[in-house]
Amino acid sequence: MRTGLLYRLKSKKTLLFMIAPAVLYFLLFSYVPMAGIVLAFKQYRYDLGIMGSPWVGFDNFKFFFMTGDAFRVTRNTMLYNAAFIIINNVLQIVVAILMAEIGSKLFRKTAQTIMFLPYFLSWVVVGAVAYNLFNYEHGTVNTLLRSLHIPELDIYTTPEYWKYILIFFSAWKAVGYGAVFYMASILSIDRETYEAAEIDGANVFQRIRYITLPSLRPTITILVLLAIGGIFRGDFGLFYQLVGNNGLLYQTTDVIDTYVYRSLLVNNEIGMSSAIGFYQSILCFATIMVTNFLVRKSDKENALF
Amino acid sequence: MSTTSVKKSHIDQRMLDVIGYVFISLISLACLIPFILIISGSLTSESSITSDGFRIWPKEFSWDAYAFALKHPQQFISSYLLTIALTVTGTIVGLFISAMAAYVLQRQDFEWRGGFSFFFYFTTLFNGGLVPWYILMVNYLHMKNTFWSLLLPPLLNVFYIIILRTFLRSIPDAITESAKIDGAGDFTIFIRLILPLAKPGLATIGLFTALNYWNDWFNSLLFVQNEKLYTLQYLLYKMLGNLEGIRKVMAITGMQVTELPGESLKMALAILVTGPIIFLYPFVQRYFVQGLTVGAVKG
Repeated sequence: MRTGLLYRLKSKKTLLFMIAPAVLYFLLFSYVPMAGIVLAFKQYRYDLGIMGSPWVGFDNFKFFFMTGDAFRVTRNTMLYNAAFIIINNVLQIVVAILMAEIGSKLFRKTAQTIMFLPYFLSWVVVGAVAYNLFNYEHGTVNTLLRSLHIPELDIYTTPEYWKYILIFFSAWKAVGYGAVFYMASILSIDRETYEAAEIDGANVFQRIRYITLPSLRPTITILVLLAIGGIFRGDFGLFYQLVGNNGLLYQTTDVIDTYVYRSLLVNNEIGMSSAIGFYQSILCFATIMVTNFLVRKSDKENALF
Repeated sequence: MSTTSVKKSHIDQRMLDVIGYVFISLISLACLIPFILIISGSLTSESSITSDGFRIWPKEFSWDAYAFALKHPQQFISSYLLTIALTVTGTIVGLFISAMAAYVLQRQDFEWRGGFSFFFYFTTLFNGGLVPWYILMVNYLHMKNTFWSLLLPPLLNVFYIIILRTFLRSIPDAITESAKIDGAGDFTIFIRLILPLAKPGLATIGLFTALNYWNDWFNSLLFVQNEKLYTLQYLLYKMLGNLEGIRKVMAITGMQVTELPGESLKMALAILVTGPIIFLYPFVQRYFVQGLTVGAVKG
């Protein structure tokens, strides 16, 4: 048996070497930090290092849950991501289906290029766009309102507006990018299926309903499952660059990631921020396990694993 | 088939066309307007912004903001060079490592591919979080204020490896098989045969990786204090929040503080840091739809 394994390893030597850099990378940057989870149960001291720092049991968690922030940031993170997943995917699928039906190649190419543009902007630049739009004194929105003699809006101090602003920018940035994944799978559908359906008298809406959507199912499942796996992980760039450290808006804009960032780099609470990180990872893990289990039950083919 | 049903299907097609053109045009417009807003803002004179605010079309044209941004280009040039160096190195190295991994993972005769696939995929399911990773980078690998702290984090991405693997699956196994019979080794097959055939996939993932490097500010925020290591986006971030700081510096150096085109400068800087990467898109776009199929995570 042992010689068997050795022989097999040897015959796959080159392939193992080829995959080695990627394996080492994730081993070092993803698996090694997993051991750092013990920090959540310790009071970190720079001089003693991770292993030497004293244990404090669940104190870090207690502190986080007692401040009352836990509920707020968890709720915000989950609700925002749920909104992003639903709205973005629906928009992307609709765009992909309509793009596939549009006859003019020039229009299609131009539209695709334009819709992809926002994906090129960094969140820092999107922050500048938001500032251009919503700034109280000079913002385009208020300039427009003033010229229409409507009272101005004080957007940077009103938490209510930000739910919609954040959802808008998330969709805006992702629509063109995500639609391409769906377009790619529409293109791989056999044209003959459509022709046959047409001959049988199916109209274009029926063809979309009975051919396009079912064949998109695997792509939808994998993209949505991957997104659901991160439902407790905020897009840090979106929240941080649009809102920044604007404490006035935290009620509706603070998510787990911005909270962890602040407690780590601003308040230097190493123990508590690792406890929250751990809590976040457990939530993500549990969500993906449950969703994957449900998908497996209904349709084994499309489950992630 | 009756003529009425043919007619009906024509009407349906028409309806869908109308919905399609209107809907796609509206979305395209929504994607375009913010760009127009920043370009217009960067070309408006400061006094006109102060008195009338930002508009879709400038009330008073002015190049002042660009002239000002380029008057003292040292920091700009150094950030540009750093960002270009990071983008080029990171994209080439990252793409090569990802493509090798993806190739191995889709080889049907590689018996451990399921295990390795799960090894990669698991990192997206569960991770240690920001803090242990940060401490690893800073206290154990001593990467604070180094080029490495900016180069390594965006290097590989599990999702991209999965996309590349799905793409490579579309290349027939027969190619690998026949090359093997001719006596070619696995690495030679990969370099000579697979890489050239994988162009659409590589171009697409290459563009994504390049964008991640070009647009990265987070790693600078975490790891960089030294101005020599400011990436373009981080420089922009610093300047957006810190016009007051710039004003002070200028007052000390004896420049006319009132001349600072603050509001339009913010927009001009946003244009200047975005510009170059957009030119990559036309070269890559034709490969796009081909290159982007996602397949199951299962090995």
